Amino acid sequence: MPRNKDIHKVLVIGSGPIVIGQAAEFDYAGTQACRSLKEEGVEVCLVNSNPATIMTDKEIADQVYIEPLTAQMLEEIIIKEKPDSVLPTLGGQAGLNLGMELAESGFLEKHGVKLIGTTAETIRKAEDRLEFKETMEKIGEPVAPSLVVKDVETGADFAKKIGYPVVLRPAYTLGGSGGGIAYNEAELREILANGLRLSRVGEVLVERCISGWKEIEYEVMRDSNGNCITVCNMENLDPVGVHTGDSIVVAPSQTISDKEYQMLRSAALNIIDELKITGGCNVQFALHPNSFEYCVIEVNPRVSRSSALASKATGYPIAKVAAKIALGFTLDEIKNAITKKTYAGFEPALDYCVVKIPRLPFDKFITAKRTLTTQMKATGEVMAIGDNFEGALMKAIRSLEQHVEYLGSYDFTDLSRSQLLKRLEVVDDQRIYVIAEAMRKGIDQETIHQITAIDRWFIDKLAILVDMENRLKDDDLTPALLREAKRIEFPDSVIAELTGKKVEKIRELRREHDIKPSFKMVDTCAAEFKATTPYFYSVYGGEDESGEVEATGKDKKVLVLGSGPIRIGQGIEFDFCSVHATWAFAKAGYETIIINNNPETVSTDFDIADKLYFEPLTEEDVEAIVNTEKPDGAVVQFGGQTAIKLTEALMKMGVPILGTSAENVDRAEDRELFDEVLAKTGIHRAAGQTVFTAEEAVKAADELGYPVLVRPSYVLGGQGMRIAFNDDEIREFIGIINRYTQDHPILVDKYMMGKEVEVDAVCDGEDILIPGIMEHIERAGIHSGDSISVYPAPTLSDKVKETIADYTRRLARELNVLGMINIQFIAMPDDSVYCIEVNPRSSRTVPYISKVTGIPIVDLATRVILGEKIKDLGYEPGLQPAADYYAIKMPVFSFEKVYGAEISLGPEMKSTGECLGIAEDYDEALYKAFLGAGVRLPKHKQVIITVKDSDKKEAIEIGKRFEALGYRIYATRSTAKVLQDSGVHALKVNKVSQESPTVMDLILGHKIDLVIDTPTEGYDKHRDGFLIRRVAIETGINVITALDTASALLTSMEKDAQQSTLVPIDIAKVKSRGKAD
Amino acid sequence: MQAFLILEDGTVFTGKSIGARKEVVSEIVFNTSMTGYLEVLTDPSYAGQAVCMTYPLIGNYGICEDDMQSDRVWLDGYIVHELSRTESNFRSGGRIQDFLLKYDIPGIAGIDTRALTKILREKGTMNGMITTNADYDLDEVIPKLKAYTTAGVVKKVSCKDKYFISGSKKLSENGVLHGKAVATTGITEKPEFPERVPTRVKELNGAGLKVALLDVGTKRNIALNLAHRGCDVTVFPSDTTAEEILALEPDGIMISNGPGDPKECTEVIKEVRKLYESDVPIFAICLGHQLMALAAGGDTHRLKYGHRGANHPVKDLENGRVYITSQNHGYVVDEEKMDPSVAVPAFVNVNDGTNEGMRYIGKKIFTVQFHPEACGGPQDSEYLFDRFIEMMKEQ
Repeated sequence: MPRNKDIHKVLVIGSGPIVIGQAAEFDYAGTQACRSLKEEGVEVCLVNSNPATIMTDKEIADQVYIEPLTAQMLEEIIIKEKPDSVLPTLGGQAGLNLGMELAESGFLEKHGVKLIGTTAETIRKAEDRLEFKETMEKIGEPVAPSLVVKDVETGADFAKKIGYPVVLRPAYTLGGSGGGIAYNEAELREILANGLRLSRVGEVLVERCISGWKEIEYEVMRDSNGNCITVCNMENLDPVGVHTGDSIVVAPSQTISDKEYQMLRSAALNIIDELKITGGCNVQFALHPNSFEYCVIEVNPRVSRSSALASKATGYPIAKVAAKIALGFTLDEIKNAITKKTYAGFEPALDYCVVKIPRLPFDKFITAKRTLTTQMKATGEVMAIGDNFEGALMKAIRSLEQHVEYLGSYDFTDLSRSQLLKRLEVVDDQRIYVIAEAMRKGIDQETIHQITAIDRWFIDKLAILVDMENRLKDDDLTPALLREAKRIEFPDSVIAELTGKKVEKIRELRREHDIKPSFKMVDTCAAEFKATTPYFYSVYGGEDESGEVEATGKDKKVLVLGSGPIRIGQGIEFDFCSVHATWAFAKAGYETIIINNNPETVSTDFDIADKLYFEPLTEEDVEAIVNTEKPDGAVVQFGGQTAIKLTEALMKMGVPILGTSAENVDRAEDRELFDEVLAKTGIHRAAGQTVFTAEEAVKAADELGYPVLVRPSYVLGGQGMRIAFNDDEIREFIGIINRYTQDHPILVDKYMMGKEVEVDAVCDGEDILIPGIMEHIERAGIHSGDSISVYPAPTLSDKVKETIADYTRRLARELNVLGMINIQFIAMPDDSVYCIEVNPRSSRTVPYISKVTGIPIVDLATRVILGEKIKDLGYEPGLQPAADYYAIKMPVFSFEKVYGAEISLGPEMKSTGECLGIAEDYDEALYKAFLGAGVRLPKHKQVIITVKDSDKKEAIEIGKRFEALGYRIYATRSTAKVLQDSGVHALKVNKVSQESPTVMDLILGHKIDLVIDTPTEGYDKHRDGFLIRRVAIETGINVITALDTASALLTSMEKDAQQSTLVPIDIAKVKSRGKAD
Repeated sequence: MQAFLILEDGTVFTGKSIGARKEVVSEIVFNTSMTGYLEVLTDPSYAGQAVCMTYPLIGNYGICEDDMQSDRVWLDGYIVHELSRTESNFRSGGRIQDFLLKYDIPGIAGIDTRALTKILREKGTMNGMITTNADYDLDEVIPKLKAYTTAGVVKKVSCKDKYFISGSKKLSENGVLHGKAVATTGITEKPEFPERVPTRVKELNGAGLKVALLDVGTKRNIALNLAHRGCDVTVFPSDTTAEEILALEPDGIMISNGPGDPKECTEVIKEVRKLYESDVPIFAICLGHQLMALAAGGDTHRLKYGHRGANHPVKDLENGRVYITSQNHGYVVDEEKMDPSVAVPAFVNVNDGTNEGMRYIGKKIFTVQFHPEACGGPQDSEYLFDRFIEMMKEQ
């Protein structure tokens, strides 16, 4: 069936801010789909509240609304833009839910708008637990015995009937939010109550526990003609019980025979056919390890994280094809973009093995429980490709950038045999390392299999890796052994460590015996057809195919280093920058090469760069690519810390660094060198010292005076950064920092209380271009990534703005910046300005500021790097005129997903994503930003306030404003007293340790809108505050830990109280005001 | 021990010997299926060929004997990237290494199977030799390879005596079938076909129907697909005359898949022509499809490197639907040379547009190039067995 001619303009719904369970994969899918729609001449109108995405570029869609994803806002946009169709299947669960809401309310029908890509009925059948079960029963596909409950008692009765353990799954939540396995009634009651609250419809499924079964997934496509294919199947190394997003996943499946494979494949097709899905769909199965019994776990009638993984694993562009299907095309009409010979109606054949490992945030949330459950906790993932499983696993491990290079990198040597047997029962992110240690201690494979339920095949593969460790330790390093170690991807550094030789020696041996990787192509068809897709992975041994692509005809090559897995502190912003830099280099006539290992991102889509290497971003892996490609230069300033860290190594390989030199990067990041830079430029910073040991740090702090900021140099997202108030805390923090290999010194700074201000600028060596100044709502001390950021800066005096522009120019010129620079300042009440830090690279705020100012900073930076001058690019150097609206970037957190994580904000970044509020007036922008972040108040009009002593005075004003909005205020003893003394009618509640009813009972009563809790100084997870904050978050209550944030929220609620409608703003129409016409 | 794969174009791959330590000359082909290696090993259509598996990890789930498509391994040699040292599956009865030894199949592992595949794709299927003799002399070997041809493979793989498989009596019996051999001279015991796996057959729509299956190299699952639906199946050796088959008074005739060049089967084609002329409904698969085309006056030609895998899309020209199919063929029916008043294309390959099936005008005959019986591969086109049953019932 050819394209449906009635579709002219489509509204595409994005997935909103990055949160755990809904991450960059939807930017990838959305971007690919929008491009696919435009290719067919369809006008694309996009809405997504997340400004860090590529899909919200004006190059990607015709109209771009970076607005809160609420039904009301979407209605405004639909009325304004009059699309004829809405495509909701590319925006994750958030997009699907919204599409559903618009369809169910009758709004779409009333305005003559169609839902394409799926129907409301399909969504209901797949997502509503009861309808899903009935549908499955109708077509004879088994599901685990289960019951949908709306209250705890029914759930408890049913669980008694089917027996514990039982799995609890709330309906309509993403990433399994609020779900879990209950092993007894007490646990059931706790998890169930929580799940009922989190579910959009107040329903939770209680079901027979199938944990320990194999978890197998299929990615399926179907068109309107009923043609069905499976793109890929995947097997989880971790059996059922761990969310697939937190599991190690391998593609294709490894341990099931063709019988099981086809049985489940047919079941998946049967299901997608019954659901009448048009587009992509993900079906998850549990397969009994000792029989053909299986059951359907879940169906996602949309593109998903798994489909992004499947796309990258196979080369099959699922989102692109799904978009074409939505327009009416059938699978046999859509060309396979990889082979360009075959059609989308085929199934990819892999001739390699793919391993995905989740990136878990436990390095950020050190108080959190590492246990993995059916609730997803990973912030991102890495993927590696190899011609053997062991090698792919080893590559994936080192791609994580967690100081882990092999199965011996986590040290469990202290554990005895019996302790290990116990430890094997723990299902967490370190399980494979524990298994390896168990093997080293002689625990047999069968025992490990019995305890972990991990398939014997995978366990044997881990054993092969452990065997190799032993051989490297015990045997002579013969060329044959070295070759075998490289075949299963032991990095040189590990071989050196285990053989007691120098890395140099290993490299020499490899050179001597010509042991080097070659690059193979991902071509969707196992070489059956000739493909010219430049998508490569490395293997040891065999023919190199990197030259088998069509020549680009360009005489210069540039290497763009990607930013690896999404983690807190390094999100999709850097992928945005990498992709835009790649495009800019391509425009400038360069052949572009991307190296990255993140399957969720746009940068690893097959048609972004001229060549894509899906490889770990380590020195050794990058060097192999450099040796093959011999690029004329590399650009590191767009890929976050991941890329910056490789600067020195690249220079040693003889690759020129394009843009700011490594030496100058070092001058900005090395404390002492930077002090010289500041002295030369006459700019002040908070006093501070560089130390190496805890005792030196204590001494430094005593000299500077508490509080002080303690942090390792060369960090991202403030990792390991803390405010210390006394000697003990310093010792504790430095202990944590030193847990990781620490080649770099530790910084101790005087902590200053002022307004935090941030700029991103482009420097061409002489002139600078500052698109705008961003001011943070929270005072210094909270990580810039966790602060609410306002553009244009609302409260800075002209003098301060001038000073900032001047300082930026001085610093950029002194550091000979060529390209991007990001500087954070503190503006003090007396208009003096201090510099906090300088990052001579692209930053987290780049996508945000370029979108709201209309200035394509990455593009400009790239052109400047290539020798153009700002003046010639049509811009007047200096600070650009402010826009005539406010754009507010609001951090978004995923605290409820990570059990036990400390949520109070500080110098270490904790947010996972961000959203934007944009409006002509400040209050409306702020309101939109909070709305976009999911803060929807008021509900019950009750607030709890409990603040530390130094905040008490400011809390009075906050209390008064809540009272004026009609809120009932609860406060703990001392806060209550201060409020009451100032005439605020606060009700005193008991502390947790006091007798009931306490503040905890109040929170658990589900009648509270908001908890304002500013944390007591110090760092102790057993304090009351920690408990209150955790319980509140897990109960779904908004928690604010800084009074500045509370004040901003009040401003936005006061705005809401005025009841004006929100005006959507089309970002694509925003023109740079500085640009000369 | 080292092993070598020498191609007739002079390319030599060096790897590790697997299976039997013997030298073999054969036609080298590749298969892109990611599962189903046992089905490939035991598919009679591979007789006379050495098969390279493009999926690099083979043997992971061991040997599940129930999945064998015939009583033994038919291919000449086995070429893989890596054999798993361990086997893991609840049904596995052993490791693939031992299985290859048991059937005396030589092979080579540890080579760049992708590079080999590309050579076959670019230059076309060619002959090759697997050997453990490191002192090979290319000048001597290559002429030998060039001269090599396969012949008489159909006769070799076909059953020697006819046998009988009774149809399932209950749906719940799906998968537990007992084949009893009915020899021309009294009853002999034929190994049972225990098939303890789930099928997606929904009704015994073939109950009471008698099907004659002409075995020109049949995969076990063709008979099972009919038996699962209730049909009683009598399997005939390839040299059976049409008269003998028709004497059974079958409700329908099934002509199986099989190895080699269809044009070589001149005797069989003559008998098929007689079956064509009878009014008995006929369904033919793969080699059977080619034989029918030749019997009806059509032609076949050799493909450059064939279709072998589990991911081939074919379009049913009747309803426009695309199905993913299992395929294994090196020859194809030349649909342009077929008189359209005799037969017209019924299926087409979406990738390369080659013929995938014919519908015979004025006859109850349809034939397909792909494998609706799957094993290994997708079960999407199993509906064709139902179509065949409908056709028999229309009688």
